[in-house]
Amino acid sequence: MAKITYIEHDGAEHALDVKPGLTVMEGAVKNNVPGIDADCGGACACATCHVYVDPAWLDKTGDKSAMEESMLDFAENVEPNSRLSCQIKVSDALDGLIVRLPESQH
Amino acid sequence: MSAEANQNACVVIVGAGHAGGSAAAFLRQYGHQGRIVLIGDEPLLPYQRPPLSKAWLKGEADADSLALKPAEWYAENNVSLRLEGVAERINRSEKTVTLASGEVIAYDFLILATGARARELPIPGSDLAGVLALRTAADAERLKHALGPGKRLAVIGGGYVGLEAAASARALGSHAMVIERESRVLARVACETLSLFFQDYHGKHGVVFELNAGVAGFEGENGHVTGVKFSDGRVVACDVALVGVGAVPNDELAKDAGLATANGVVVDLEARTEDPSIFAIGDVTHRPLPLYERQFRLESVPNALEQAKQAASAILGRPGPAPEVPWFWSDQYDLKLQIAGLPFEADRQVVRGDVTAAKFAVFHLKGDLLQAVEAVNAPPEFMAGKQLIAKRTPVSADKLADLTVSMKEVAA
Repeated sequence: MAKITYIEHDGAEHALDVKPGLTVMEGAVKNNVPGIDADCGGACACATCHVYVDPAWLDKTGDKSAMEESMLDFAENVEPNSRLSCQIKVSDALDGLIVRLPESQH
Repeated sequence: MSAEANQNACVVIVGAGHAGGSAAAFLRQYGHQGRIVLIGDEPLLPYQRPPLSKAWLKGEADADSLALKPAEWYAENNVSLRLEGVAERINRSEKTVTLASGEVIAYDFLILATGARARELPIPGSDLAGVLALRTAADAERLKHALGPGKRLAVIGGGYVGLEAAASARALGSHAMVIERESRVLARVACETLSLFFQDYHGKHGVVFELNAGVAGFEGENGHVTGVKFSDGRVVACDVALVGVGAVPNDELAKDAGLATANGVVVDLEARTEDPSIFAIGDVTHRPLPLYERQFRLESVPNALEQAKQAASAILGRPGPAPEVPWFWSDQYDLKLQIAGLPFEADRQVVRGDVTAAKFAVFHLKGDLLQAVEAVNAPPEFMAGKQLIAKRTPVSADKLADLTVSMKEVAA
C-alpha cells in the first residue's frame, strides 16, 4: 500500500492507503474523495481528475503523455504541476505522495 | 421538509448502475446523514459499464477495477444494499417501494436510476444460445468466453457497442463481421465523414461490413447459433452473434406509478419528476438540455453523474452543479473518439485536420453557433469545442478549418 494524501481546495485532507497498480484517480474515487469526478473512468478523455502534484513528487510521478498534455492545456486553472490523476499509476515509490485538488473540475 | 430535515431523510434508490451508485456516493459526499437503500437487480455492486466492450473483453480489466466503490465502502457509509432486488411497484401515496421479494421499503425521497436495456430483435432464432446482447457484466462475460483466436463474431448493428466489440474481437484474434441496416455505420449517432472513416479503419483491421443489410433470423444447431440469415436469403456462418441495435429505457416502474414518460421518465433540471418526492437520473430519463432548448434522452456516464449530482443537491438543498455540455467518448484500436454536444439543427459541417491521418475533427454549426464537435485523436478540438458550445458565442468557420490558427485562438 502507498499512502497518498489528497488535499481538497478548502484544505480538507484525506490520507488514504492506495493499492499499487491503481491510479491516483482511482484511489480518490473508490474512497469517495470529493473533487475528483473522473467522468470517463480513466480513459484520459475528460480532464475531470485534474490535480496539482506536490513539487517534491514531480520527478517520481513521471512525464505527461502528449494526450494528457493536450487535455490539460484546455482545463481550468492549470499550473506547471498539473496532472490528470488517472494517468499516474500508484507504486511503492509513490508512498507519501501529496496531491492538491483544484477548485472545480468543470 | 427543510433542507436540514432532508439531511436525515430516507432516500431509496432503484437501480444500482453508474447513476444509482453515484447518487448514493454524492449524497454521502454532501453530508447526507439519513438512511440510503440501494436496490439493484444485478448481483454486483455498482460498476462502470463503458469498459465492458473494451478493456473487459480484452481481459485488461477485472471486477475490482470495474467497481465504482469497494464493497466495504457501502458498509462504512451505511448504504443498505438490496442486490438482485427487483422493484415491482411504487406506491406514491404511501411513499413505499415493493420488491419482488415482498419487502416493502418506505422512502422520503425516491431516486429512479433503472437505466436502459438492450433492444431485442423480434426475429426467429433470437433465443438461441450464442445470440448475445452487451449491457451487463454478465453479458460481457458470456461474450468474452465466446471470443478467442479463430472464432467468428457477427455483430448486428453498427453502433458504438457493436464497433467497440468488433475492435476488441479483432484484438483477440477473432473474425468480426458488422451487419448494418443503414447505408453506413453509426448512422444515428455520427456524421457521414465519421462513419466512413470508422468503416475504413475497421476494414483495415480486418472487420468485414455488410451494409444496407436486413437480418431475417439466426440459424442454429442443437440450440446454439451457427449463422445469421439475411433478408435476401444468404446465410453467413458465425460462432457467436452480438445484437447491438440500441437501448430501451426501463421506465415501466415510473409509468405504472402514473409518472409522465416520453421515451424515458420526464424530469426537470433538478432531475425531479412531477412528483416532488421522486427523482429520476441517468439513461432512463427524458431530460432538459438547456443549451439546446429541448428535452432529450442521453445514454452516457457524464449524464448519469450530472443528474446524480442534481438529485443529491436538490434533496440536500444545495445549489445544483453547473449545466454541462453533453459529451461522449469511444476507444477503438488506437483511436480516441470524443464528441461534445449534439448537432441539433446544424446546417454546416467544417472539417479540421487530416481524416486520412486519423487526426481530425468535424464541427457542426447552426449559423455561426457551434452545436457539436466530433474529434478523432484531437483532444484540443474536443476540449475547445466543448467550451465554445457552452459559451454560445459566434465562431468563425474559416478559423475552425484553418490548422494554422490554434484551437486556443479559435476559442479565445
